[in-house]
Amino acid sequence: MNYFPDEVIEHIFDYVVSHRDRNALSLVCKSWYRIERFTRQRVFIGNCYSITPERLIQRFPGLKSLTLKGKPHFADFSLVPYDWGGFLCPWIEALAKSRVGLEELRLKRMVVSDESLELLSRSFTHFKSLVLVSCEGFTTDGLAAIAANCRFLRELDLQENEVEDHKGQWLSCFPDSCTSLVSLNFACLKGEVSLGALERLVARSPNLKSLKLNRSVPLDALQRIMMRAPQLADLGIGSFVHDPDSEAYIRLKNTILKCKSITSLSGFLEVAPHCLAAIYPICPNLTSLNLSYAAGIQGSELIKLIRHCGKLQRLWIMDCIGDKGLGVVAMTCKDLQELRVFPSAPYGNPAAVTEKGLVAISMGCPKLHSLLYFCHQMTNAALITVAKNCPNFIRFRLCILEALKPDPDTLEPLDEGFGAIVQSCRRLRRLSLSGQLTDQVFLYIGMYAEQLEMLSIAFAGESDKGMLYVLNGCKKLRKLEIRDCPFGNMALLTDVGKYETMRSLWMSSCEVTVGACKLLAKKMPRLNVEIFNENEQEDCSLEDGQRVEKMYLYRTLAGKRKDAPEYVWTL
Amino acid sequence: MEKQGLGLGLEITELRLGLPCGEPVEKKEKKEKKRVFSEIQAGDDDDDENSSSEDRKVQTKNQVVGWPPLCSYRKKNTVSQTKKYVKVSMDGAPFLRKIDLAMHKGYSDLALSFENFFSCYGIREALKDADNAEHVPIYEDKDGDWMLVGDVPWEMFIESCKRLRIMKRSDAKGFDLQPKGSLKGFIEGVTK
Repeated sequence: MNYFPDEVIEHIFDYVVSHRDRNALSLVCKSWYRIERFTRQRVFIGNCYSITPERLIQRFPGLKSLTLKGKPHFADFSLVPYDWGGFLCPWIEALAKSRVGLEELRLKRMVVSDESLELLSRSFTHFKSLVLVSCEGFTTDGLAAIAANCRFLRELDLQENEVEDHKGQWLSCFPDSCTSLVSLNFACLKGEVSLGALERLVARSPNLKSLKLNRSVPLDALQRIMMRAPQLADLGIGSFVHDPDSEAYIRLKNTILKCKSITSLSGFLEVAPHCLAAIYPICPNLTSLNLSYAAGIQGSELIKLIRHCGKLQRLWIMDCIGDKGLGVVAMTCKDLQELRVFPSAPYGNPAAVTEKGLVAISMGCPKLHSLLYFCHQMTNAALITVAKNCPNFIRFRLCILEALKPDPDTLEPLDEGFGAIVQSCRRLRRLSLSGQLTDQVFLYIGMYAEQLEMLSIAFAGESDKGMLYVLNGCKKLRKLEIRDCPFGNMALLTDVGKYETMRSLWMSSCEVTVGACKLLAKKMPRLNVEIFNENEQEDCSLEDGQRVEKMYLYRTLAGKRKDAPEYVWTL
Repeated sequence: MEKQGLGLGLEITELRLGLPCGEPVEKKEKKEKKRVFSEIQAGDDDDDENSSSEDRKVQTKNQVVGWPPLCSYRKKNTVSQTKKYVKVSMDGAPFLRKIDLAMHKGYSDLALSFENFFSCYGIREALKDADNAEHVPIYEDKDGDWMLVGDVPWEMFIESCKRLRIMKRSDAKGFDLQPKGSLKGFIEGVTK
């Protein structure tokens, strides 16, 4: 290969697309490192504090697409205090100053300000795609700047963000000359948008394939929009409430019959169940259905709907579907690959799903590889059956709503059940545990989960041995997050080198002490070991013997970060 | 012993979304074996080594931060956060009750609540025969008019309902109270 001119190698590298493969290329030799860095267009940074923006820009001047993740995953569950970090601002400022021609930005769990969005919109003439997932800190003013200034915008995708509504007409800020939209998702916005502006925008966007509306968009507007965009493939419905005898509803039913290209459906943020019949005609074409926000649909309606969806590959629903409903899914959706069942009430609806539903799914859907399942109870027998029926799991996340709950039939911990899962599913990359668990389950995980990259543990284990089994056994572990487990200093300090092979470790309400964290930080200078001290008392000093409530450590080349709030102590 | 402690005492303080009147007796028996989360907070014998750390974690009596692991955006947008308490009166009952309409998924759900509240006052028997039902559920809407329950879609109903009354049919002589559509389902929900 070294005898080929650079242009040839570059051309070959064009075919190497995945981040991991690209990373591998750069490690082969100096000349490949050099060629790779100048041709690299897409970079993924799983922890925004692992590297500085300046260093990123310096290495990859040809950067076009950047993915950044900020806060740790447990921030989703309110475990990370406000203002912890994950600010977009320094990244945009650095990129804007440089010559990088950024075209795509994907952010997850970051704090995004309107100023950053404004700067973004003005700094990159060819900016095409903005995807914000679980972000916060911005308002509709920031969106207005994006709409107004990004002349070639193709994608604006807002997923589950906390956005303050400033009642300005952000959607109206898309100029008449903007005709390039392919994907627009504003389902998470609370406020109203100008329906006229929306309809006109859709009408002048012939490439629009994905449109997800918020709950302020009523049924009649939906009908007009669908008339203008028969080419839509992915639709998120806002409000679906109407009088079934009204003209608007009849018009909608007829319009729907024309939308044969819709393969993905979501939303129904407001819904009157009797209206659902209108979408039965498109159900047979659906490969993806997300009804996890459709609180207005009851189990029986869900079941009726699902019976029409024979081609589903991805299904996100709420637990009101019940075990019986999951049986219907198992019978109908033979191509199902991904299933998520969410709770409809924080401690669950007692009539909701149990291990029976999951077993039914495993019997009917052998292609299932990704699962997120909130349920009331689980048994070892059921998990063993599921493991046998579905050996292809890549993601297996089980949440038994009552923490520490054992197998209700045998009153034993769920060690054997999860053990069966890891033993059978050799390709498992992500696992979330729940229920009553001893150290034994971790022994199984360490022994069998060879491909495991992410593990989430809560209220489990008996001793340090549990955590050690995992750290020793799971060679590919990248993210480990633990809460409320009796793991302490011995587990933390036995193999400090391990943490440089991982992206991050979160431990909260465990048994580690300040002293141990200090020791770890001292031994491993390329880790940031952060302790959150949320004590109100200002002058409390950290004593070595003190138990740490929350600790987050991550590997980094950027050193101690300068934007940490007062309660974060980087040791 | 456990049943009583768990069934009545803790349920009142338990932070969960459910019918205020609690569950029927049969379900309570099954609960014995379940280690309900509140049990842990109450200091379970089996959990001695963990109980002190449990205390530290618990903020209010029966609530643990970040459990279940549902992201806050989803919690805010699917679990019904809004409350809509309305008074419910039944002709013949000595006192009124209050019901959270937002906690109910539909008319049959509402009917079940009525049954729980007023079973001792005969609503079950009264509504057994849909055609000749002795009682009729009506509600007062935003305009102050009394309307028959069941005509409009559930979402619309919640929106406009200000209070409920279970009225004796005999007081509504001459009016068409023929149960149609949702009202029929409502009655069936009670009599099942």
